[in-house]
Amino acid sequence: MNIVVCVKYVPAAADRTFSAVDNTVDRADVDGMLCELDEHAVEEALRITEADGGEVTVVTVGPEEAADAIARGLRMGAHRGVHIVDDALHGSDAAATSLVLAAAVRKTGYDIVLCGMASTDGGMGVVPAMLAERLGVPQLTLASQVTVEGGTVTIRRESSTATEHIEASGPLVLSVTDRSNEPRYPSFKGIMAAKKKPVETWSLADLGIASEVGLEAAGTTVSAFAARPARTGGQIVSDEGEGGARLAEYLVAQKLV
Amino acid sequence: MSEILVVVDHTDGAIRTTTAELLTCARRLGEPSAVFFGAEADVTPGQLAEYGATKVYVLDDDAYRDCLVAPKAEALAHLVAGRRPAAVLIPSTSEGKEVAARLAIKTDSGLVTDASDVVRGDDGAVHTTQSVFGGAFTTTASITKGTPIVTLKPNSLTPENADAAAPIEVETVDVAVSDAARAARIISREPREDIGRPDLADASIVVSGGRGTGGDFDAVEAFADCLGAAVGASRAAVDAGWYPHAFQVGQTGVTVSPQLYVASGISGAIQHIAGMRSSKTVVAVNKDAEAPIFGLADFGVVGDLRAVLVQATTEIDNRRAAGA
Ligand SMILES: Cc1cc2nc3c(=O)[nH]c(=O)nc-3n(C[C@H](O)[C@H](O)[C@H](O)COP(=O)(O)OP(=O)(O)OC[C@H]3O[C@@H](n4cnc5c(N)ncnc54)[C@H](O)[C@@H]3O)c2cc1C
Ligand SMILES: Cc1cc2nc3c(=O)[nH]c(=O)nc-3n(C[C@H](O)[C@H](O)[C@H](O)COP(=O)(O)OP(=O)(O)OC[C@H]3O[C@@H](n4cnc5c(N)ncnc54)[C@H](O)[C@@H]3O)c2cc1C
Repeated sequence: MNIVVCVKYVPAAADRTFSAVDNTVDRADVDGMLCELDEHAVEEALRITEADGGEVTVVTVGPEEAADAIARGLRMGAHRGVHIVDDALHGSDAAATSLVLAAAVRKTGYDIVLCGMASTDGGMGVVPAMLAERLGVPQLTLASQVTVEGGTVTIRRESSTATEHIEASGPLVLSVTDRSNEPRYPSFKGIMAAKKKPVETWSLADLGIASEVGLEAAGTTVSAFAARPARTGGQIVSDEGEGGARLAEYLVAQKLV
Repeated sequence: MSEILVVVDHTDGAIRTTTAELLTCARRLGEPSAVFFGAEADVTPGQLAEYGATKVYVLDDDAYRDCLVAPKAEALAHLVAGRRPAAVLIPSTSEGKEVAARLAIKTDSGLVTDASDVVRGDDGAVHTTQSVFGGAFTTTASITKGTPIVTLKPNSLTPENADAAAPIEVETVDVAVSDAARAARIISREPREDIGRPDLADASIVVSGGRGTGGDFDAVEAFADCLGAAVGASRAAVDAGWYPHAFQVGQTGVTVSPQLYVASGISGAIQHIAGMRSSKTVVAVNKDAEAPIFGLADFGVVGDLRAVLVQATTEIDNRRAAGA
């Protein structure tokens, strides 16, 4: 079972902001990391291959610094990395990202493409479904539990209205939530071994993609951004035995009860 | 006027509030046509007309219920190709977003998810407002490619009845669902237990409890019931096994934007705030005056949550009894 894990390099939560030049995410001079939610995808891939054999490849689409996300995946135990980096990718939308990822996993080959539930920056939660659509393979997404038996994968998915069990046979696209597992910390051995693992760097030309990506090709254009103003005028009281009554009073005054 | 497709969110044929919101929103962009997946369509047309739908496309096939996401996307792509609507509006549930994702690829269209507002700009394009980066920023965007596809967050706008509800045309649409779209089969479904409280995602009041409850949600639930509210929980409370995951508010749980959000025993981590930042009014109860949650509270009580919530519940009950 060969698994390709799509991992995104994201700005650390405290550093997320926009570039005033073109309203895209500011990725220069900000601390970045492997998206925490994608660590669950790496972990799931490692567990499946540890049980059933096979290799794990981590793939990222992102700037030079995104190599850090691959390195983290390799230290956790993935076998190889692929970094797709190209200046023409700047400003790509979700559709373009899925186009590039689809071409990349076709090139590496896969039994399962594993994704996180959503990135911690864009956070759309759409790339896995887009990938399945582009690859023409089944989609098993938002799994809180994964079972692999032979060529069949079964997941548990918790929606707002029900808990479902969903089944499909490979090759397929799988995404896991933060409920699926507890990601491991890289061991000392893992950290040492990662230094010798192969990482390939591909450009768009290597994938045969000439257009359809980047800011110009995006289907959406961000026209403005603004930091949400801090709430002001909040009233904070200390409970001296009448805090609950004051809360009730506030709610009545605001016509909330 | 241009046609706008609105995907109906319903429970056994009864439309959910989000559908009324989507239809209200669609009327600003053009003439809304509802898209109904399921067998119970006979109970809904009247409800849809009330909010301005002039047409409803009814699609009924086992695949829409028994297979994940792909069949609905296929059906919508068929409608988009045949009707050339000016936009497609879909509820921002996890399923809705994935249907939208596949539709965007099939139709080579721009997609915005989790929009809080949608309007038609002077340039004729569809413009959206989104709250991003855990609610720290608001962005506006225009959709410039294909048939604009937008998923709209619940509680983003107030549903308004159409002036004069025109008779609604019901059209049954037969689309052959491909074998490929049936590949992810739902083999079992356990519906969530009805606990007699509003649904978290579209409730107008939410009372949440965190690690500070110490595992005892009685005071939180009693206060919620007194307000007719949904109950929510922080991930710390969910991870501790105190409350089911379906009630988790935040980045990896449910996003809520109620009229009133009460956070009790919740510190206000960035990932929790991401799920409740757009609440109209925020109340915090926390024993630590330095807790970050107070930074976004309209009203806060520094104190023990049990004492405060129990007293507030009694006070409101008493006032109601006196007023009755
Ligand atoms: C604030 C903000 C708002 C945005 N709004 C829009 C919008 O409305 N419409 C639009 O089309 N685009 C939008 N984008 C751009 C979009 O987020 C990026 O194109 C991104 O590459 C894909 O979407 P996502 O990060 O939301 O991924 P998600 O769909 O949330 O990601 C799910 C999973 O896909 C995989 N994945 C995602 N990106 C990569 C990657 N680069 N490399 C490897 N694996 C990956 C990971 O496994 C991840 O866990 C926005 C970006 C930001 C930061
Ligand atoms: C990738 C990722 C995703 C995440 N997603 C989510 C998410 O979706 N939702 C979410 O909630 N979290 C999420 N988290 C976790 C988040 O970072 C916090 O750990 C979590 O929100 C903390 O929950 P809490 O506020 O209940 O607990 P704490 O931070 O421990 O706060 C407990 C608070 O209770 C107060 N308290 C204690 N006793 C009392 C008392 N008797 N009366 C009143 N107050 C009291 C304390 O002063 C404290 O402020 C995520 C984290 C990561 C890394």
